[in-house]
Amino acid sequence: MNGIAPRRLLPATMTFVGFLACWQLAVSALGVREYLLPSPLSVLAAMGPGEIPWAKHIWTTAVEILGAFLIAALAGVLLGAAIAWSQAAAGALTPFLVFVNTLPKVAIAPLFLIWLGYGILPNMLIGALIGFFPVVINTAVGLTQIEEDLLDLGRVFNAPKWKVFAKIRMPNAYPYILSALKVTASSAVVGAVVGEFVASQAGLGYVIITTQSSMNTAVAFAALAWISILGLMLFAAVGALSRLLAPWAEVSDA
Amino acid sequence: MTAAHQHRGEASIGLIRVGMVYRTAGGPVEALRDISLDVRRGEFVSLVGPSGCGKSTLLRIVAGLRPATSGAISVDGRPVIEPLSNIGMVFQAPVLLKWRTVLDNVLLPAELAGLGTAGYRERAMELLRLVGLGDFVGKRPHELSGGMQQRASICRALLLDPPLLLMDEPFGALDAMTRDDMNIELLRIWGEDKGAGGARKTILFVTHSIPEAVILSDRVVVMSPRPGSIAAVAAIDLPRPRTVETRASEDFGRLSLAIHRALKLGEGSCASAHRSCVANLGARPMTANRWD
Repeated sequence: MNGIAPRRLLPATMTFVGFLACWQLAVSALGVREYLLPSPLSVLAAMGPGEIPWAKHIWTTAVEILGAFLIAALAGVLLGAAIAWSQAAAGALTPFLVFVNTLPKVAIAPLFLIWLGYGILPNMLIGALIGFFPVVINTAVGLTQIEEDLLDLGRVFNAPKWKVFAKIRMPNAYPYILSALKVTASSAVVGAVVGEFVASQAGLGYVIITTQSSMNTAVAFAALAWISILGLMLFAAVGALSRLLAPWAEVSDA
Repeated sequence: MTAAHQHRGEASIGLIRVGMVYRTAGGPVEALRDISLDVRRGEFVSLVGPSGCGKSTLLRIVAGLRPATSGAISVDGRPVIEPLSNIGMVFQAPVLLKWRTVLDNVLLPAELAGLGTAGYRERAMELLRLVGLGDFVGKRPHELSGGMQQRASICRALLLDPPLLLMDEPFGALDAMTRDDMNIELLRIWGEDKGAGGARKTILFVTHSIPEAVILSDRVVVMSPRPGSIAAVAAIDLPRPRTVETRASEDFGRLSLAIHRALKLGEGSCASAHRSCVANLGARPMTANRWD
């Protein structure tokens, strides 16, 4: 279960290699112009050090993604716990959260900019706003999907509510929360990049926007590749956390 | 067994005209009526009856987990008005915590009761060895068979050495052979050889199975359904300790048959009084609702 066997990685690797090879061949054989579709090799070249200070942009976007993810995770778990803890909180919060979730969050991005100005924080908040809702729902479900018998056990031993929460409900919710966090990992990436599209002075989304005027498509692709590498790293980190915190749950990694 | 747990008094159960009525959307449903029963200290009493006769509800009422709507319940001479804190409960499903090792599952009651695990670790190990799980203490529940999981849940119920054990069809989900073995094992854990009045626990045991009730119990309470009430009480005078051979004895067969008849009779008397019970005598119980 831990660590993926090389044999299982082989088909996926072949798909990627085949895709890149077709791309490379098509570009060189058909003579597609570089500004329309750069070849994988020129994208690879553009990803290296040179005209773009990649380190700075990668760092900015990475901080935004991680910040968005952590805010979404924390807010999601706290709200989900509040909903599971008391009926009153559930009644007060759930309709509002559902309403917030129905808003097109990408459309809120320009507002965040007006309120908070340029910078890392609004981009984090957009990512967090896109990604927190599944965490709320899964946390609440994981905390309440407990066999009645197990709760009777808590009653028999006169266990205080917080103790049943800490020792029975919370661990029970781990697999639920972690599978929501996998969704949140992707949402955080989307949010950060959208924020940078709207307004920013640094970050990989900013790099992509600037290539529009320079027609430097290879750089746009290079930025895209860096974004997907960041996204994959966060996804892998959540997967590792899941195996660490909830090894009993047979969660299959998509 | 160890010095860590303090001695507690032995329990006895007193039920006087206990009744239970659920309020539902379709009107009140009477689940239990006029249950009067005394269980002596150290006695092993089984409740048998068809599904829906309220025997599991009765168990939870005794535990203080559900309030009865009428009648009086006492354990150890004290009225039951809140969940009892010194009982052991075993359910049909083992309900172990999936994320904990077997040992940590058995230690759960000490944690929930705020007693700390340090003083109970040795007792937990001792109990697990007693049921043959000594080599599995570090495993997680999913690595164990159903029978092993249920053994672990019995150890959990015994950890704080409660004088009263309430068991709700604990072996109902096991295959027949494992179940037979577990019956004998439970008697051994109970301390059958020690004799009444010794260190034995009082056990109230719910089951569907007549042979199981007979092999285990001092007395078998036969319940009839809708509303759940006591149809008969059979004293099981089979000699102890009971073994696999006990099942082959003539007395075992005689008692099983008597209980079987009492069950049928209970259903019969119920059928004459309540039309909805006709289904239990007929061959097509699935259609019962249509007749109502």
